[in-house]
Amino acid sequence: MAGLEGKEAQLFREEARAWLEANFPPSLTNAPSIHFVSDRRAAESNADWCLWRERMAEKRWGVPTWDPRYGGAGLTEAHGKIIGEELAAIGGFNPIRSYGTMMLGPTLLEYGSEEQKQAHLPFIATNERRWCQGFSEPGAGSDLASLQTKCIDMGDHWLVSGQKIWTSGADQADWCFALVRTDTSRKQGGISFLLIDMKSEGIEARPIILISGSTHFCEVFFNDVKVPKGNLVGEVNQGWSIAKRLLQFERNSLSDVKAEITPLAPLAHEYCGTDAQGRIDSPDLRTRMVRNAMRHEAYLATVARLTREANSGGPGNGVSALKNLWSGIIQDRAELLIELMGANGLGWSDEHYTEAEQEAARAWLHSKAFSIYGGSYEVQNNITAKRTLELPA
Amino acid sequence: MLNEEQQMLKDMAAEWVRDRLPVTALRSLYGHDGGGRPDARGHDPETWAEMAQMGWAGILVPEAHGGSDFGYRSMGLVLEELGRTLGASPLLSSGLVAASALRLGGTAAQQARWLPGIADGSAIGTLAAEEGPQHGREKIALTAKASGDGWVLNGIKRPVQDGMIATFAIAAARTGGAPGDRNGITLFLVECDASGLTRQALDQIDARRPALFTFDDMAVGADAVLGEVGKGADLLDTLFDRAAIGLAAEMLGNASQAFDITLDYLKTRVQFGAIIGSFQALQHRAAEMFGELQLARSAVEVALDAIDADDPALPALASLAKATVGETLHNISAQMVQLHGGIGMTHEHDAGLYLKRARVAAQCYGSTAWHRERWARLNGY
Repeated sequence: MAGLEGKEAQLFREEARAWLEANFPPSLTNAPSIHFVSDRRAAESNADWCLWRERMAEKRWGVPTWDPRYGGAGLTEAHGKIIGEELAAIGGFNPIRSYGTMMLGPTLLEYGSEEQKQAHLPFIATNERRWCQGFSEPGAGSDLASLQTKCIDMGDHWLVSGQKIWTSGADQADWCFALVRTDTSRKQGGISFLLIDMKSEGIEARPIILISGSTHFCEVFFNDVKVPKGNLVGEVNQGWSIAKRLLQFERNSLSDVKAEITPLAPLAHEYCGTDAQGRIDSPDLRTRMVRNAMRHEAYLATVARLTREANSGGPGNGVSALKNLWSGIIQDRAELLIELMGANGLGWSDEHYTEAEQEAARAWLHSKAFSIYGGSYEVQNNITAKRTLELPA
Repeated sequence: MLNEEQQMLKDMAAEWVRDRLPVTALRSLYGHDGGGRPDARGHDPETWAEMAQMGWAGILVPEAHGGSDFGYRSMGLVLEELGRTLGASPLLSSGLVAASALRLGGTAAQQARWLPGIADGSAIGTLAAEEGPQHGREKIALTAKASGDGWVLNGIKRPVQDGMIATFAIAAARTGGAPGDRNGITLFLVECDASGLTRQALDQIDARRPALFTFDDMAVGADAVLGEVGKGADLLDTLFDRAAIGLAAEMLGNASQAFDITLDYLKTRVQFGAIIGSFQALQHRAAEMFGELQLARSAVEVALDAIDADDPALPALASLAKATVGETLHNISAQMVQLHGGIGMTHEHDAGLYLKRARVAAQCYGSTAWHRERWARLNGY
């Protein structure tokens, strides 16, 4: 590990382990941490989560590699990796992890002004200020660059009008990083990147009820919203390049998700029974489960391999292909789970279905989003075809 | 990750294969009607000698016996490059399978007898275990009966890979029990030109001409037994697993090259006034094949590393590799023909050669279905 030799690394590892063991609330062991990222109310109504956030914020280990001026601990990547490993080892999670740390933070560090960094990064580093991403619009989904939310230069401020959609957690967010149109004569070249306070007058966020029952996504309406001039990141009309970079951070963190690999076999034995040889008593379902599990294992090996290659400066251009493999494998798995549960996998609520059964049904519905968000399956294939395989337009 | 020596080996193999064993070399093993040429032997002795000279045949042979002991990952690199041009050679049968058999089960005398020859290419070993149309590791029916100090073998083996050019074979025989039993399987080292053994070539679709071995009262000495009498099932299992992984590496090369050739065609072929690779339907098919190739490569590399690390998960990883690359190669070789259209159907074009080899490889050392079923059992499904 660069900058951290064997003995020093071992000492730091021991220090990290001791601190984490002493401070991580045991009640949160193996908690569904992604849930706390997406649902602020769930997080903040949990007293132990609040305590854990405060402790990590004070320790500055939520963003260990950020500069201390911006709320980080100023540690090396190697230190950060050790903290992550020790956290995982005790079934813990990072309570600071948010859209702010995963997407906006890295973007501001690259493109933000000194004022913007100081105004926002320290609050991301403590996860006190929650951010939402105002990119998609009703008419700009996969074709994001066709977005139309207007942003007019009024001399001493910007005036923003338009509508965003699929904005995760907008109803619970303090701030929004948005793509807005500052020039209507050029498509990509007329987009700017703007930071908007969600408490500004003229903003309304309405949750959307999804097929899974989730109300995580919102529509956001901007009605002549005044935004200070200093809130524009980078140059005017440079927003598309900034957004592309940010989406790279997002894709990295998406395909980074270590999809749960709990084997389905024991559950299938329970719900489907076994034949005389101890095999799942449904040959067709069994075959499909096995194929899915094998692809899952090969996928995890692929993530490990591409990470190693990227770290050593290798190809590293397979992110789009990886996202499509991931979404397909996880979607199939979610569907196999409710299929093996049979009629019991079809429950929405009430005591006739176990919590796990209800969760399986909703997870199946939720999984349909995996091939739509973060660049749809089709868009990812376009990217692979054009960038990686260099096929002509 | 590859170390510096492995990277050099890979580069050297890639260059040599392109230069000395291009697809035209395999094509020369075919007759005009598209079948294997009866006078060809399924490989080219001259290029095999060159491969041995470069040390490839001895990659898995200990230094004391003239090899380089360079590991399975290294052997996999060479096999993958050979797979790119469908290079026909006994490297997998001899350098990987036979060398593994002697290292894992051979006495000092057996190793001294055969390993130096494997390493310098003067001896070619192979595995003679399959008998019927389906892969079955315990189905062995060939009998070996004790006779005096030695044994007498009767029965058949088919197909024996590289059997027509092999100097010796590791023959799996039954010294007890019935076909289907794990107990009672014994492995023998048999010399292929000894009396009592006749060999006939099989005109297989890939022109590699494996053999049908007929054992008719073939007498061998007690020193021909490899491993323990009656307890050869475990050794045979691990040999089949290593063979499957080595073949998977070759298949990864087949699939990678079939994909590259097809991708080139998509970038040059014009129809409807446009390069066909600009059509989104074809772009997405190419992107999907690229993704599948990623899974195949990972599964193969993990399995090769598992042999080198003596990982107890080897059986499951062997099946993961063979089944994953099997499915990928099946798809890509079929798409190679489809996307080339009419020209891909002609014997003159290489697509058919990849398609034929892909089908043979898919069914050799356990088919995709066989390995998926085995992985399922090993993982409690």
